[in-house]
Amino acid sequence: MSRRFRFLYVGMVSAVAALAATAVASLVLTAIGASPWATYVTIFTGPLADVFTASEILVRAVPLTLVALGIAMSFRSGILNIGAEGQMLVGILASTAVALALPGLPKLLLLPLSLAAGAAAGALWGGIAGVLRARLEVNEILSTVMLNYVAAQLYTFLLRGPMIDPDELMTGSGTPQSMRLPRSAWLDRLVPGTRLHTGLLLALGLAFVVWVLLWRTTLGYRLRAAGAGSKAARYAGVRVERSLVVAMLFAGGFAGLAGAVEVAGVHHRAIEAISSGYGFAGIVVALFGGLHPAGIVPAAAFFGLMLVGADMTQRSAGVPANMVLVLEGVIILAIVSARMYVNNPYAQERAARFLRRIFRSPPVRTAGATDDPETAEETQP
Amino acid sequence: MTSAPVPPAPAAVGARPDGSAEPIRELELDGITKRFPGVLACDRVSLKVRRGEALALVGENGAGKSTLMNILAGLYQPDAGRILLNGEEVEFRTPADAYARGIGMVHQNFMLVPNMSVAENVALGLRSLHRGLRLDMKEARRRVLEVSEHHQLAVNPDVHVRQLSVGEQQRVELVKTLCLGARLLILDEPTSALTPQETDDLLERLQRMTEELSIIFISHKLNEVKTLSKRIAILRHGAVVFSGDTASHSTAELATLMIGREVTQARNDGGGAAGEPILTVNGLRVRGDRGHLALDGLDLDVRAGEILGLAGVSGNGQRELADVLAGLRPVEAGTIRFDGEELAGSSPRRIIERGMGYIPEDRHHEGIVPAFSVKENLVLKDFATARFSSGAFLRLSAIDRNATELRERFDIRCASTGAATGALSGGNIQKVILARELARAPKALVAVYPTRGVDVGAAEFIHGQLLALRSQGAGILLVSEELEELVNLSDRIAVIYRGRILGVLPSRDATRERLGLLMAGVTA
Repeated sequence: MSRRFRFLYVGMVSAVAALAATAVASLVLTAIGASPWATYVTIFTGPLADVFTASEILVRAVPLTLVALGIAMSFRSGILNIGAEGQMLVGILASTAVALALPGLPKLLLLPLSLAAGAAAGALWGGIAGVLRARLEVNEILSTVMLNYVAAQLYTFLLRGPMIDPDELMTGSGTPQSMRLPRSAWLDRLVPGTRLHTGLLLALGLAFVVWVLLWRTTLGYRLRAAGAGSKAARYAGVRVERSLVVAMLFAGGFAGLAGAVEVAGVHHRAIEAISSGYGFAGIVVALFGGLHPAGIVPAAAFFGLMLVGADMTQRSAGVPANMVLVLEGVIILAIVSARMYVNNPYAQERAARFLRRIFRSPPVRTAGATDDPETAEETQP
Repeated sequence: MTSAPVPPAPAAVGARPDGSAEPIRELELDGITKRFPGVLACDRVSLKVRRGEALALVGENGAGKSTLMNILAGLYQPDAGRILLNGEEVEFRTPADAYARGIGMVHQNFMLVPNMSVAENVALGLRSLHRGLRLDMKEARRRVLEVSEHHQLAVNPDVHVRQLSVGEQQRVELVKTLCLGARLLILDEPTSALTPQETDDLLERLQRMTEELSIIFISHKLNEVKTLSKRIAILRHGAVVFSGDTASHSTAELATLMIGREVTQARNDGGGAAGEPILTVNGLRVRGDRGHLALDGLDLDVRAGEILGLAGVSGNGQRELADVLAGLRPVEAGTIRFDGEELAGSSPRRIIERGMGYIPEDRHHEGIVPAFSVKENLVLKDFATARFSSGAFLRLSAIDRNATELRERFDIRCASTGAATGALSGGNIQKVILARELARAPKALVAVYPTRGVDVGAAEFIHGQLLALRSQGAGILLVSEELEELVNLSDRIAVIYRGRILGVLPSRDATRERLGLLMAGVTA
């Protein structure tokens, strides 16, 4: 396959994917009486129009990055963590509880302590699934999904009962939320007038740390070996079961930290629906980013853009945000399928054949062209 | 190639084994060329096969045999060249096209669904039996019986494939391919997983089948090629370097043509004195995966500076013995003394640290992590040692240097040491494993089928390395099914049968007959 052909091929696949996604989405939008063009323009350019909305993209990318980093570590280690949502929730509970219990501590102590509590709680929650898999061979997808339910109920119970803000009870409004965190437990704002907080730097720093951990340390080598070839790893003396538990501790820890950062950086209290589905979107971000920190960071930003775009569309184009989620699903599917096609040599071979037939380029078998398939391809339009 | 779909035979051809479609009188490949990025896989290859003829296609790993056959089977398209069937030019765009013209391929890794019966497996590819939602299983059974009777390939259409031995599955593959209407069979290393008995049996059947079919037989094993084929084509670096009559050339001549230089058969000269036992196994009882006693009171000792061959039909406890010696299977009773220390029940880590080397049976899954690069696999056992890490961090430069050095010393052929190991040929993967194990200077080495499925050149190299390790004073347990390999390399040969050692012979007394009887369980 010549480089020129490959270039053409990638371009074509991308174009077809974009076209297909646009066609499906336009159909849906037209059906509800909205303008497809205006909607698209809003989703993809609206958020970049001013500093505030642009900063919101990053605000959303922070928890997505953190969750996805943990997911990448677990997937690379051969254990599929679907429980980031639950791990986030227990992380929020723990960090909020610590911040509220020790309001007198100086910021230098309280903030790290509360973030660490969130990470530790998430790690513990993830660790349960890890131990169950390592010891009893309980399928981790089953256990993490079930633990999500448990965490969600625990969260609701605590926010409506023991952890509810006393003010809410006094005024009688009864909104299920915790007390506001003391200022010494807040992450600082990076850009005045926006909600963008220092959690962004933390997420970027940790992306680098995860890269070092996975590819530059013996622990990372062990985890990746257990994930990519558990049998060979076992023969070589790696304790694969232990690696699974370690991986789940990391995955849960990152999800818990994502929750804690969301509280300390954005909401400053535990509220309902705080996770916004980041725990699940993080899985998509991780896979989309190729389970590699260098891919995860831009993938998280892209997802952040789409989330903010969805909010704006609701307001400016009159398209319900739920409908935008449908569009986003279609776009993601198109991108993922396109990527499969681009990376599949068989598909490429088939496409080359197809083109040859369509354009009736000189049959490669005629004399003269026999030795050089490149020339045959060059003659294609 | 492993993901090749079962090609549906078009209804028009109807896959009648009685040849209602046009018979294949002559198949000709003319100037077939196929290029992959950076590789010329086939370089103007021309071949001819006539009806009733077996053509052997031989060559080293990576010589282009599989690519060529995949082109013929419709999986790839050639960049140049043509395929002529009975003098008429044909084009195979899909495997179904090739099948429709009577060309069927039996792949090295069987393409059977283990949880389905033989008849169901055959019916999968027979579109004509699918009527709406109904599947005509009666007809499928009838065809299986008809074909198996006609070609004397005894198979029971009603048993599940997973219940069959490897040899029987091979037969099912043949029946399936014939039921789909193949009149020219392409067999990709059909004997690589068979025992010697099964191999002899298969070759005999194939020989009979050549009376009415044509066969293209891909193999590394030149003695099998001599037995079966009338004509031979040898590929090297994608080009035909020789084609002619098999009978008029000796195996040594053919081997020389195949690898481009003379092959010397590595031999244990018997020199050097074997020392004290380094590995002693006593009364070992171990359960297999299905809960039965796979090792039932096994005694064995390997001395320093000797190669002890372990002969036996596979499935008599070799796998379990190897697992136990690697620390991967619990010991029910008995002792394993290694270099003066009891090892029964120790962890793999500890056994490795004591100086045991291991070349596992399943090189793709147990020997290497396929997705890891060559350099990563070369330190799979030692990445945490002071040589390759400091503190928690890997010493990448040391890992690189190690890989460069071992690649040179063990002649590992790869584009770069950063390439994924799983993409290498079988022989090169085995060299990676060998390099890793020998570089650790083990006191004892367990080598399980170390040359299975690798080409003559690589096998020669591996044999030489094992003998060199022996002369350095290590004890080697060589598990193999190839009697020639065992006799050539071993000092003594033990025969395992149903989890026990039935006898130990000095290798100069080990004739094919005596070993064969012991392997069959006859002691008298």
